[in-house]
Amino acid sequence: MTIKADNPTPPSVPQPKAATSPTPGQPEIRRKTSTPRKVSTGRKTATIATWLALGVVTVAFIYPLIWLISASFKPRSEVFDNRLIPATFAPENYVTVWQDAPIALWLGNTVLVTVLAAVTVTISSAMVAWGFAYYNFRGKNLLFGLVLGTMMLPGAVTMIPTFLIWNGLGMVGTLTPLWANNLFGSAFYIFLLRQFFLSLPRDLFEAAKLDGANNWKLFTHIALPLCRPALAVAFIFEFQASWTDLMRPLIYLRDESTFTIPRGLKAVLDQYGFGGNWHWETIVTASVITTIPMIVLFFIGQRHFVAGIATTGSKG
Amino acid sequence: MLSTSSKRRTAKQPRAARASTKGDTRAAFLFLSPWIIGFLVFTLWPVGYSAYLSLTDYDVLNNPNFVGLDNYRQMLSDPKVSLALGNTIFYTVFSVPIHIIAALALALLLNRAGRAAGFFRTAFYLPNMTPPVAVGVMVLLLLNGQNGLVNSVLGWFGIQGPDWTTDPNWVKPGLILMSLLTLGGSIIIFLAALRAVPEELEESAKLDGANAWQRTLRIKLPMISGTIFFLTIVNTIAAFQSFTEAYTAFFGSGSSTYGNDAALFYGIYLFQQAFTFLHMGYASALAWLLFVVVLLVTLIQVRLSRRFVYYESAQP
Repeated sequence: MTIKADNPTPPSVPQPKAATSPTPGQPEIRRKTSTPRKVSTGRKTATIATWLALGVVTVAFIYPLIWLISASFKPRSEVFDNRLIPATFAPENYVTVWQDAPIALWLGNTVLVTVLAAVTVTISSAMVAWGFAYYNFRGKNLLFGLVLGTMMLPGAVTMIPTFLIWNGLGMVGTLTPLWANNLFGSAFYIFLLRQFFLSLPRDLFEAAKLDGANNWKLFTHIALPLCRPALAVAFIFEFQASWTDLMRPLIYLRDESTFTIPRGLKAVLDQYGFGGNWHWETIVTASVITTIPMIVLFFIGQRHFVAGIATTGSKG
Repeated sequence: MLSTSSKRRTAKQPRAARASTKGDTRAAFLFLSPWIIGFLVFTLWPVGYSAYLSLTDYDVLNNPNFVGLDNYRQMLSDPKVSLALGNTIFYTVFSVPIHIIAALALALLLNRAGRAAGFFRTAFYLPNMTPPVAVGVMVLLLLNGQNGLVNSVLGWFGIQGPDWTTDPNWVKPGLILMSLLTLGGSIIIFLAALRAVPEELEESAKLDGANAWQRTLRIKLPMISGTIFFLTIVNTIAAFQSFTEAYTAFFGSGSSTYGNDAALFYGIYLFQQAFTFLHMGYASALAWLLFVVVLLVTLIQVRLSRRFVYYESAQP
């Protein structure tokens, strides 16, 4: 990267400004008042060019999803015809996959796991985040460093002993291992929610304390309601993470009746793809069924996704 | 430890103040308790036990059998380890820079898109919602060598596309190509960082006669170098652990077990060793090698970042 060579630039940038500002603001003002028209035509074409470029990229980003949805309504022989509108409309794919695979059961399992995972991780992470944000105690920074440190640890290191714990508890094969870890909070959400709690004015809590609110009330009646947007971010992120997870279902679920929908989709692919005669129409349809709830989630929680992700980056 | 307000109280009623600090610590630890329990049970113990298991032969059914460093020795001579590590490094080395550059370029474009930026941002993020399993299915569909969408589009330009899913040389490039579908998150983070660059900097550079390209290269990029660094690290760690897309598309068991050496990522090999062959000791050793590799790479990146990254707050 060329950043190195440019590194000295930023500190020196204010200098030219300092050089211009002593000469009274005139040139700047004239610039602002006299040039807009000229700039605006130039800018307009530039903006339109930008939009065009972005439009092309958008098509590249969105079209695979549209392709998938369209293909799910095509008969087997036409799945790969790359038409936007199916030549032969085959909604029966959905009936077939629904009958051949326990999709309803898988969806039910997934909803159960996902809701439990998202609710528990939101509540537990909020509690921990509040503990770090509001209170002062010895070793706080060390402990919080440890929280962040766990994010660096590859999941592979703890994966096997964690499996052995659930195996020891006789819970391999059940849905519990897919969400129960979330009872104990998750570093990423703790970080996110702590940032939010820190932004709340402290006076608010001191006032409530004087009114006789205890620690638990401060948390549940004041902090939590104020941080609803951040809670929504945690809930939505975990909902997505849990819904789309394949590795844990692969590790913990044995019986087809306990599968989540991603695990089910993998089973469909194995059965109708590699192990069968490539019934692509069934595989595509199952893929769409797996994906659609996430698309819906996105349109419900769009705002929160953008806000949450933008916050993630500000850590950098 | 005492905050100013409690100090003031100390003067008047020392006993109450002391009690409140003690109470604070107790309350804090009550709030932190979920994380502390989770850390002890699901992080600290697993890390220790995984280290121990890596020195044993363990198949879950029989007790671990201590073998010293045998697993690590075996790793050195296991051709699949070097294969999997090579595949993973190949994937990381190409996918991360492509990911960062593409996301940055699109964010720069978005930053000039004015009112339409919100719409495009949404459009770019949408494919991020596709579950990785479904992305794995899409690898097989869109990258199909004969009539997949990608090769059809290449065909418009007279390019004969490769057999992405069967030609060992093209399997990983295909996976990298599909991984671009998940650029959306990085784009949002970059865009947020770009918007946080103070406008005065650009304005003064403009007055100084810097053109758009110079302003981007010499002001915007250095100002967001922290974000570039953050995303590089996060994406590198993720790339080293990539699993789901490649596993879905190229590994599994239908009526016959199948796999593809070209797509054998380290995470997949580790997973197979642990949960297909129940070589839990060997898999634990593999996990520790992964940990060391990821840690080394991260440390190198952190070191390099000292030269390349500009932190505003670090300036006097």
